[in-house]
Amino acid sequence: MAFAWLPGALGDIARGALTTILLIAVTTLAGTFLSILGAAGRRNGPVLLKRAIAWYVEIIRNTPFLVQLFFIFFGLPSLGIRLDPMLAAMLAMTLNMAAYTIEIVGAGLDAVPGGQTEAALALGLRSRQVFIKIVLPQALKVIFPALTSQIVIMMLESAVVSQIAVRELTYEADMLQARTFRSFETYFVVTMVYLVLSMALRRLLVSGGRRVLGAGVS
Amino acid sequence: MIEFTFWDIVRNLLLAARWTVLLSLAAFIGGGIVGLIVLFFRIAKNKWSRRVASGYIALFQGTPLLMQLFLMFFGLPMLGLRIEPWTAAALGLTFFASAYLAEIWRSGVAALPLGQWDAGASLGLHYLQELRLIILPQAFSITRAPTVGFLVQLIKSTALTSIIGFEELVRTSNAINNATFEPFKVYGLVALIFFVMCFPLTQYARRLEKRAAVR
Repeated sequence: MAFAWLPGALGDIARGALTTILLIAVTTLAGTFLSILGAAGRRNGPVLLKRAIAWYVEIIRNTPFLVQLFFIFFGLPSLGIRLDPMLAAMLAMTLNMAAYTIEIVGAGLDAVPGGQTEAALALGLRSRQVFIKIVLPQALKVIFPALTSQIVIMMLESAVVSQIAVRELTYEADMLQARTFRSFETYFVVTMVYLVLSMALRRLLVSGGRRVLGAGVS
Repeated sequence: MIEFTFWDIVRNLLLAARWTVLLSLAAFIGGGIVGLIVLFFRIAKNKWSRRVASGYIALFQGTPLLMQLFLMFFGLPMLGLRIEPWTAAALGLTFFASAYLAEIWRSGVAALPLGQWDAGASLGLHYLQELRLIILPQAFSITRAPTVGFLVQLIKSTALTSIIGFEELVRTSNAINNATFEPFKVYGLVALIFFVMCFPLTQYARRLEKRAAVR
């Protein structure tokens, strides 16, 4: 075990970690937004849309993220859609996460009693207002712990996007170990960085959820 | 250049899928055995044993599987073990699975009423008998749905072993793609093969969940 290379590598590791954080931040926002649309569409949309969303969820949940990533990055250009690695990674992560969170958000929507909608309609709110102001906040409150876990899982899964040369934490680790020939030590340090990131992310989401939604999560 | 017909691609992918299946099974069985040991520590009466097991679980659930595989692949040779991609993949996934399975089963143990332990003790059973005859069978039975769900996750996770050089479905598809330049078709087929393996299990897990909800 030798860590003499570490001081000189801190900058690279920090840069990689920042890219990982950027990836998961974008994915969280876009994925949550998409899954709210998806969950609402799956409940209230036309039959065809419902069926399409159901298939989308099944296909993503039953195939590996790595294959989805390769399909988007290597496969889509043959349809004329060329994405740079960063965009492809964000797209793949968002689509992947949304498939899981559609189910989670949907469970939350189902958990809000129907009386809430009826009461809001009786007060004269339009149905979109009812969804955004009454049903959604209550649903998000219920599902917040599950959502938090899913976001942390996605952050860990994002290590894979190094395979299409996105310069995030794992990519930097690959470069470092190629330069230092200290493979084990490099990956060990980076693994610990991931551990800290995942614990910090969980804590951030929990305290943020408590403040914004009043969600009682531990 | 070698010409690949559609059926050549399919045949090669299916042949490679055998290794995906084999690795999934090995990791599930190995993970089940190690997970059982972790579970014993996790629910033991000794506080320190519980803490060590919690730490083990948190470590594997808080770091990327890809990093765990890299550490296996580069770490075991430092201990003087000669290691091939298959060994690193199977061991890495075994430890990964053990942490998740132990946590799933622990939730099953925690869900049982404490009276079950008392009843076992009052029948004169000692700790291990209690676990074997009363607690674990019930804990396994109520956690069957998440266990099957995790098996699906494990099958999908085998894709990552392609990165440390294990010749399973994804690595083979990369090679085929490099020869045919038909990524859309090749990765589409790979996704389809994974789907065919995982979807029945997902449905089975869903059925188990529904049945548990009715009960």
